[in-house]
Amino acid sequence: MAIADAEGLLAEALSLVSQAADDRTLDNVRVRFLGKKGELTGLLKQLGALPADQRREAGQAVNRCKQALEKAIAEREQALTRIALERRLKTEQIDVTLPGRGHEPGGPHPVNRALDRILDIFNQLGFAVATGPEVEDDYYNFEALNFPEHHPARAMHDTFYLPDGRLLRTHTSPVQIRVMKNQQPPVRIVAPGRVFRSDSDQTHTPQFHQVEGLLVDRDVTFADLKGLLADFVNAFFEDELEVRLRPSYFPFTEPSAEVDVRWRNADGTPGRWLEVLGCGMVHPNVLKNCDIDPETYTGYAFGLGVERFAMLRYRVNDLRLFFENDLNFLRQFR
Amino acid sequence: MKISYRWLKGWVDTDLDAEQIAEKFTLAGLEVDTVEPVAPPLDGVVVGEILSAEPHPDADRLRVCRVRGDSEERIIVCGAPNARVGLKAPLATLGTVLPGGLKIKPAKLRGVRSEGMLCSEPELGLGEDSAGLMELPNDVETGDPLDKALGLDDKVLEIDLTPNRADCLSARGLARELAALIDAEVGGPEIEPVAAVNDDLLPIDLQSPEDCPCYIGRIIRGVDVNAPTPLWMVERLRRSGIRSLGPIVDVTNYVLLELGQPLHAFDLAKIQGGIRVRRAAKGERMRLLDGREIGLDADMLLIADHNRPLALGGIMGGEDSGVTDSTTDILLESAWFNPASIIGRGRRLGLATESAHRFERGVDPALQRRAAERATALILEIAGGRPGPLNEALNTDLLPRNRAVRLRLARLNRVLGSQLSGDEVEQILQRLDMTVETSDAGWKVTANSARRDIEIEEDLIEEVARVYGYDRLPTRKPGGRLSICLPGEGELPEQRLRRQLAARGFQEIMTWSFVGEDELARLELLDGAQPLANPLSRDMAILRTSLLPGLLNAAGANLRRQHHEFRLFELGTCFASTGQGFSESRQVGLLMTGHARAEHFSGKPRQLDFFDLKGELEHLLDFNRVTGKVSYRPIARPWLHPGQAAEVRLDDQRLGWLGQLHPSLVSQLDWPQSAFVGEFDANRLGSRAVPAFTELSRFPAVRRDLSLVLAEDVAVADVVDEVQRRGGELVRRVIVFDLYRGPGVEKNCKSLSIGLIIREVSRTLKDAEVEALIENVIAGLQSRFDAKLRG
Repeated sequence: MAIADAEGLLAEALSLVSQAADDRTLDNVRVRFLGKKGELTGLLKQLGALPADQRREAGQAVNRCKQALEKAIAEREQALTRIALERRLKTEQIDVTLPGRGHEPGGPHPVNRALDRILDIFNQLGFAVATGPEVEDDYYNFEALNFPEHHPARAMHDTFYLPDGRLLRTHTSPVQIRVMKNQQPPVRIVAPGRVFRSDSDQTHTPQFHQVEGLLVDRDVTFADLKGLLADFVNAFFEDELEVRLRPSYFPFTEPSAEVDVRWRNADGTPGRWLEVLGCGMVHPNVLKNCDIDPETYTGYAFGLGVERFAMLRYRVNDLRLFFENDLNFLRQFR
Repeated sequence: MKISYRWLKGWVDTDLDAEQIAEKFTLAGLEVDTVEPVAPPLDGVVVGEILSAEPHPDADRLRVCRVRGDSEERIIVCGAPNARVGLKAPLATLGTVLPGGLKIKPAKLRGVRSEGMLCSEPELGLGEDSAGLMELPNDVETGDPLDKALGLDDKVLEIDLTPNRADCLSARGLARELAALIDAEVGGPEIEPVAAVNDDLLPIDLQSPEDCPCYIGRIIRGVDVNAPTPLWMVERLRRSGIRSLGPIVDVTNYVLLELGQPLHAFDLAKIQGGIRVRRAAKGERMRLLDGREIGLDADMLLIADHNRPLALGGIMGGEDSGVTDSTTDILLESAWFNPASIIGRGRRLGLATESAHRFERGVDPALQRRAAERATALILEIAGGRPGPLNEALNTDLLPRNRAVRLRLARLNRVLGSQLSGDEVEQILQRLDMTVETSDAGWKVTANSARRDIEIEEDLIEEVARVYGYDRLPTRKPGGRLSICLPGEGELPEQRLRRQLAARGFQEIMTWSFVGEDELARLELLDGAQPLANPLSRDMAILRTSLLPGLLNAAGANLRRQHHEFRLFELGTCFASTGQGFSESRQVGLLMTGHARAEHFSGKPRQLDFFDLKGELEHLLDFNRVTGKVSYRPIARPWLHPGQAAEVRLDDQRLGWLGQLHPSLVSQLDWPQSAFVGEFDANRLGSRAVPAFTELSRFPAVRRDLSLVLAEDVAVADVVDEVQRRGGELVRRVIVFDLYRGPGVEKNCKSLSIGLIIREVSRTLKDAEVEALIENVIAGLQSRFDAKLRG
């Protein structure tokens, strides 16, 4: 009788479990059948009234039903959790192709982008960055750099003057003097910065940027200069471009050279020679002006136009774009 | 310097073509900019001769010419004013295509049939003179193809000479250079002294011998100034970019190009007394050949007679003393002027003459007699005349003379990193026409007198290197004594600051370092502004005192280009005169406009406000661990909204300012929207602390929130300061999480809610301790700000 009762209760309970749609209903089922006063629990309490020989068998049967129900409830519970999660996930589904939230990214100016790369290369070669003022006097900009007072080379620098005779530096070379006056060799620097010439047309802007390089030490030769610049050009353009040095004239270097790079045509064949740098061995008068003995030390110096490198690297065809600050232009280089 | 290939070949015997010579020159430091044919192809253009020229029956301006050309005579209708009988001019025959693309076909002009075309210089691509037909000299053969008649199978090399190579500003100089480069002989015309046929002399008085130590004058009487210049000379001049202006001037120009010696010819009749070479008196005036009357400075050198200035020495002749159509007697001048006495004067007067260009750079001081003889011979040949003797006023001691310069083989190889032999070096020097004497460990070398640029050993090293060939010198990979070149960990390199701003959405711009006075005045930024003495234009006349004008310009331009959401920054130098002098500072300027975020489907984007910009600054300061106490206080700036403008201080020193643009400025600028701008001292942003570890707390923090009612004018920063002061070290952070005005809060008051994060490193705080701390904080806020606790 007890066995049949237990199985009957189990059948009823299992049916309720399977119908339970939420945790609370399920919990009600648990309390009704398995709680302290639950119906299955109640059957256990009635076992004492059974004859001793049936008690054991009946007890086992009731317990079996209890366990079966507990297991069914646990399973149902898991199923309900899973269903609830699935439902939640379903409602939380989004269209992942919709755009993200944010704002327009910024970016470096293309001239500085090129400058950063130039400085990174020279930093790796042991050249420290040095800077100097943009307003200079005649001594640092010209005289100490061996520009005689009356010399046509000065006329090549269209100089902006202040009313008191000071000037806007026409090149970053004055930094050479400032560094060497403060430091005996070895000197190994690059000096980036803005320079000014009173010239404005399609290929000239009244301000532009240069990087000056200077290495003074024992046993520095023209061969070192050639090697350095070839490596630099190849590293900057990430290409084994042909490089040639061509004699030229700067008052503060001798021998002096312009550096040409053999550009590539669109099909990869060698194209035009493009002038990219000026350089030379530091003029002995410049070393003497800085109290460095030219018999003991030699050095080389070079100067490059950052805009020129930026134009070549990023294929910009008009210098003036760099200072127009059109976002449609600038955003191409971030 | 432009020179014809054929002219050069007349001096140096070589098989090299024009392009090969250009390459040699370029690789030796004489940069050849262009190599161009002297004329475009002119097939079908022949020398035509006008046999008759009758007025056109139906047109006043036209003439009907009978022209003899290659084979037969033909009728050509022509509108040129100089179409006259006997003139030889280029004739484009039927079927010819002119350089401009015009095809010559028979045409009827006002009823008269014309079979061909007589041409002007520009129609043939041969010059600029469009006043009439190109007039050919009489000695060309009628009917010859024009290119043959004019020797147009030639090219012009245009050479961009560096200022040290004055010796190459002539055919002779370039020929010497070419000969040295290819190891050939230099030829050139024979120059013989011309015998005087009379004793006519004009006295020459060198009153300023340092400026002009050598002046040669020669009288030539009875010249025919209307004689035609021979074709070969006209063409050589033309190919060097100089127009023919009559035989006397042509000869002086020709010798200048040939030998490099500028010459001048005076009309002898205009000279009174004799020649005086002297400095100008202050206030003296003269009229130049170009017709301009100029006031002279005391440092200008004059060629004068006994009454007045005749010429600006070495730069330009005077209008009143030059050769004219009626001149019969001339004084030919060949002089040497000191470069220091010439340089800059022409520029000051806006004059750039061939003569000044050469004297400024240094003319060969041994050339004056030869040039005078050469010019005399050419004048006699072309225009006739009776030469007097050369009258030379000379102060030899004041003429420069090249010294012997020491050259050591070991030094040369040490500078070049090469292993040249003594023989190689010596041979190169000799090719350069230098006198070489062997001495200890090397040589003593003297350059020829045309070379004004060989003064020290390095000059010779460069000469050897460039003739040997830079390409052939050795190359060595980078090496040497390295030192570490890393910025300190506490430094913020500009490169890094720029990248941080870019990562925060700021686009870098680069604006001009100069601004206009009006622009600065509008922003009231003129204080301490430094003007340029020689600006390019009014709107670039003053050094910027702030990055603001540039930011506003760039923002304005982009707003006009229909960008409405952007953030800009610039990092650059600003300039200011202060009481003590002049200073430069690196500044960083920021500008934000539009919304806090880009437009998005998820909701309406929020307009930017002051706290977005302030947040960016705070981010920079925090991210870079800038050391020091940062404080903000309201300020008034003409360009900023008076209620939304702050000065930022770092440890009580000015760091910069920020705020919203003043609405009046925005409407003045005609912008559709406002913007938030700020400018900060970039160097002070760059002083960072290297991190130092502090002990971690394993104990929980406690948060207590306070809601306070405060008078409207109490600054929140002061409240937070007071909380920190009263709460001491236990208060780790103060969070401002609500600010409210409205119902429930009295008028002129605000409700502020703050959260205190309280933590002790070494133990858990007891409730009583926290309560005591909070009581203390509240007491402080009550006594200092009359704050009331809310709710």
